[in-house]
Amino acid sequence: MISVSQVSKEFDGEEAVQDLTLTVKKGSIYGLLGSNGAGKTTLLKILAGIYRQDSGYVTIDERKVYENPDIQQRSLFLPDSLYFFPQTTIRQMANFYASTYERWNEERFQQLAHVFPIDMKRKVQRLSKGMQRQVAFWLAMSSMPDVLLLDEPIDGLDAVMRQKVKNLIVQDVADREMTVLISSHNLREVEDLCDHIGIMHHGKLLLERDLDDLKSDIHKVQVVLKEGEEDAFLEGLDLLYKERRGSILLCIARGEESVVVRHIRSFRPVVFDMLPLTLEEIFVYELGGHGYAVETLMDA
Amino acid sequence: MIQLDIRSRQPIYEQLVEKFKELIVYDVLHADEQLPSVRQLAKELTINPNTIQKAYRELERQNFTYSVPGRGSFVAPQEKNEQKVNEMKDELRKLFSEALYLGLQKEEILEILHSVESFDGEEDQK
Repeated sequence: MISVSQVSKEFDGEEAVQDLTLTVKKGSIYGLLGSNGAGKTTLLKILAGIYRQDSGYVTIDERKVYENPDIQQRSLFLPDSLYFFPQTTIRQMANFYASTYERWNEERFQQLAHVFPIDMKRKVQRLSKGMQRQVAFWLAMSSMPDVLLLDEPIDGLDAVMRQKVKNLIVQDVADREMTVLISSHNLREVEDLCDHIGIMHHGKLLLERDLDDLKSDIHKVQVVLKEGEEDAFLEGLDLLYKERRGSILLCIARGEESVVVRHIRSFRPVVFDMLPLTLEEIFVYELGGHGYAVETLMDA
Repeated sequence: MIQLDIRSRQPIYEQLVEKFKELIVYDVLHADEQLPSVRQLAKELTINPNTIQKAYRELERQNFTYSVPGRGSFVAPQEKNEQKVNEMKDELRKLFSEALYLGLQKEEILEILHSVESFDGEEDQK
């Protein structure tokens, strides 16, 4: 289990992470989402033991992370910009990982050679960006981490590779309860993978929820009401957003589905449509509520 | 066996629950047949094992499956009649709400119900 409690981190007077508390259960796949510059990478680096937090506690399985080699043996951080030694082949890189990580699984490494079709004798730095990503995953998955921290992991992989990598992650979660923390702004990519979601903005965690609960708790409603009923209608809703297009009223409302439906039905709307939101929409509307709105160029 | 629509707005676990119910109701999965293991399904569909577990728990809660500790989930024998009644109720619910949208009053619907009832009654008397 990963536990972050009231953690702050400042760089030259700029607070990258502010008083942030977050929990990731063992065997969970947690999606850390956020606006650009929200502090996702800083948080991941603190969790990886690369940065030390200014205040607060960061623990994995109730043991502190910073300068704790035991925990670092069991966790693996895959950064946004990968690093490989110059002039090194995949095999040599693997040897380095094997000597670093006690739990290195050579058998797994050999098996994964079928998944990642790259010659082990090739020099890593001469591979393409996408292939380097593959190598990074290949090495990471062979190191058998208990905690996998991924920073924008899927960028640069083609559709087939993305599916393969996701499949490997899912298998390790199912087989040995690996815990995964993924930061991403590609919401579609994490939507089908994560069970929990945290949304960060300006160094703070705006919300942290079970993804399915989150989705079934926010609804996109389209109604056409009879004249003069709009105010009473809107009053009874926990409204995140509303928009009018001709006679059609579009609302984003919070609340339990049955309650929202009952309220809407009581007005006998002429047209009534209700849809669950996509993660992308939730993200946009939640951040919109915190002054990070999507404005069209026309409005600006 | 199970096809999911990743692009759909419907949560994946709900899709899973519905697909399994369908398979059970239409007897594609027979009573006491074992459901695929969480591991197997996670690998096959590339979805989060926790999501599958959640769907399996929900199926069990709705009495479509039962679980045997250490062995997995199995299809519960289904009461055919009850199932049909429930499906019928769902159908009716859909029809009624449509009727209400169209501006039909409760009384009018009840009237229809009464006329159907009395018609059945007449037939019985013949």
